[in-house]
Amino acid sequence: MTIYQNNVEAIRSLIRDGEVHRDIYLSPEIFGLEMKHLFRNTWVYIGHDSQIPNKGDYFSTEIGKQPVLMVRHTDDSIRVLFNRCPHKGTQVVIDRQGNTGKFFRCPYHAWSFKTDGSLLAIPLRKGYENTGLPESCASRGMTPLAHVHNHRGFIFAKINDAGSGFDAFFGGSLSSLDNMIDRSPQGRLEVVGSPLRYLHHCNWKMLVENQTDTCHPMVAHESSAGTVKAIWEAEGGDGPKPMAVECILPFMSSYEFFENMGIRTWDNGHGHTGVHHSIHSDYTAVEGYFERMVEAYGEARAKAILDENRHNTVYFPNVMIKGPIQSLRLFKPIAADKTMVESWIFRLVGAPDKLLERTAMYNRLINAPTSIVGHDDLEMYERAQAGLASDGNKWVNMQRLYDPAEEKSPNAVYNGTTEAQMRNQFRAWEKFMTLSMEEGAVA
Amino acid sequence: MTPTAQDLIDFVIAEARLIDERRFPEWLQLFAEDGIYWMPLEFEQEEEHLTTSLMYEDMLLLRTRVQRLEGQRTFSQKPKSRCQHLLQMPSVDEINHEDNLYRTYTPFHYVETRFDEQILLAGWARHTLAVVEGALKIRRKRVDLVNSDAPHRNIQLFV
Repeated sequence: MTIYQNNVEAIRSLIRDGEVHRDIYLSPEIFGLEMKHLFRNTWVYIGHDSQIPNKGDYFSTEIGKQPVLMVRHTDDSIRVLFNRCPHKGTQVVIDRQGNTGKFFRCPYHAWSFKTDGSLLAIPLRKGYENTGLPESCASRGMTPLAHVHNHRGFIFAKINDAGSGFDAFFGGSLSSLDNMIDRSPQGRLEVVGSPLRYLHHCNWKMLVENQTDTCHPMVAHESSAGTVKAIWEAEGGDGPKPMAVECILPFMSSYEFFENMGIRTWDNGHGHTGVHHSIHSDYTAVEGYFERMVEAYGEARAKAILDENRHNTVYFPNVMIKGPIQSLRLFKPIAADKTMVESWIFRLVGAPDKLLERTAMYNRLINAPTSIVGHDDLEMYERAQAGLASDGNKWVNMQRLYDPAEEKSPNAVYNGTTEAQMRNQFRAWEKFMTLSMEEGAVA
Repeated sequence: MTPTAQDLIDFVIAEARLIDERRFPEWLQLFAEDGIYWMPLEFEQEEEHLTTSLMYEDMLLLRTRVQRLEGQRTFSQKPKSRCQHLLQMPSVDEINHEDNLYRTYTPFHYVETRFDEQILLAGWARHTLAVVEGALKIRRKRVDLVNSDAPHRNIQLFV
């Protein structure tokens, strides 16, 4: 039985002013509709162009559940193709990355394709004479995605024609990505190593909401950050803090700290914590870095770049970046109750290695399946996923600091403990879920 | 103390047993004060600091882990995890009395369980040991999982 398919009213009824219905997290039908609508109407992160520096280099990933790859074409442009052979459906590449040379070759029947996806050759081609192959879907090769955008190295793609163009979709939120990139004296990032991959038995949106949830660190992370604090203080607590202590200790900051740091929302579900300061504001300066920044940008501009210490920026639907840390987390939906988190790190090209050392350390301390901070969070998500099965209350509350006026002004700055960004995400969720729905249509 | 090959083997086996018996404070005592526990993310990873690892922990971080496991508000340990190491007989790769350097290689299977969930990890442990104040200590324990780069569930104890 389907309740929500092509039923815009039913979708809208899941979201109230300060609460959302549990089906948003639990229903396999809603999950399927997210794959069918939400992840096709929005700009989804594919990868970074430093992962495919040479012609023929490719990197495979997913948009929602759909296998895609990005590849550097012979004209040096980056193309995004659906990763299936037009013949029988075989995934043409299954390794995460590699170099395919001048063409892709399907391992099943050796159909081959140029790196823009177009069909190059079929063995025993004469067997298709007078069969109508030129009019078939197969003759079009590996289908390219029409909407691909490279923002200073970051590749995004959108499957549907519906929805906004790249700049309109992201609007002012690109300032966070830009700040992360500007932190390189050369204005250039490079992906470093493989991502951490961490499997959660909960809905992907719980993880996205958590990125701007500033009322949980001092509670859920008391076990990890609080223990670091206790041990550091027991050992004297003075002198320069080791890098790991610097990374974890701010998780124990007070409510007041988080209230004052501020939250900003942008249209289409994007937003960030840490408007005025953040848990990343007080790291020890790395020797030689500021000098290189001044050389590249001049003192005033260098200061402006480094004074911006945004905490977490959410790019709707499923990305979070940390500019001051140079990391990107991708919350990949697998099922209504299954999410795979990938945590990537970047090198600031032209900056001292010490910064990358902190980036790598932060990633393993906070984002790894072996991370004590990660253990704290996963426990909460999975308890919520299980708890929502209860019929006692079918609604999840997101009312903190709710103000009806926020609905009319998506671009605004709030007290840092508001849940306005979560509400902002759900307004975008409703918009992009229903954008391509045909009311009453049969699937 | 001048350790024999058998001393090294016994040490590695006893180390795993302390973890399996959840005698974590005693286990910490096996590390030299500058000891490191390293679990790389990538197959045959050599870089320690400038790329991501699953763990790269000094004594401060290891003590934090151990203390956290017993914490009143450590919700991911309510109930507590249990684990079991199945070790292949350690190979002694190096006995170097002159440099106070001893290395072993130990393939393992490791099971960790909590609630109804159980994970099985397999890999290789490489111990670098030294004699410190008359006793063998861990300078470095490197743990390579066969599937280090796979999407893992929580790994909360010590492989």
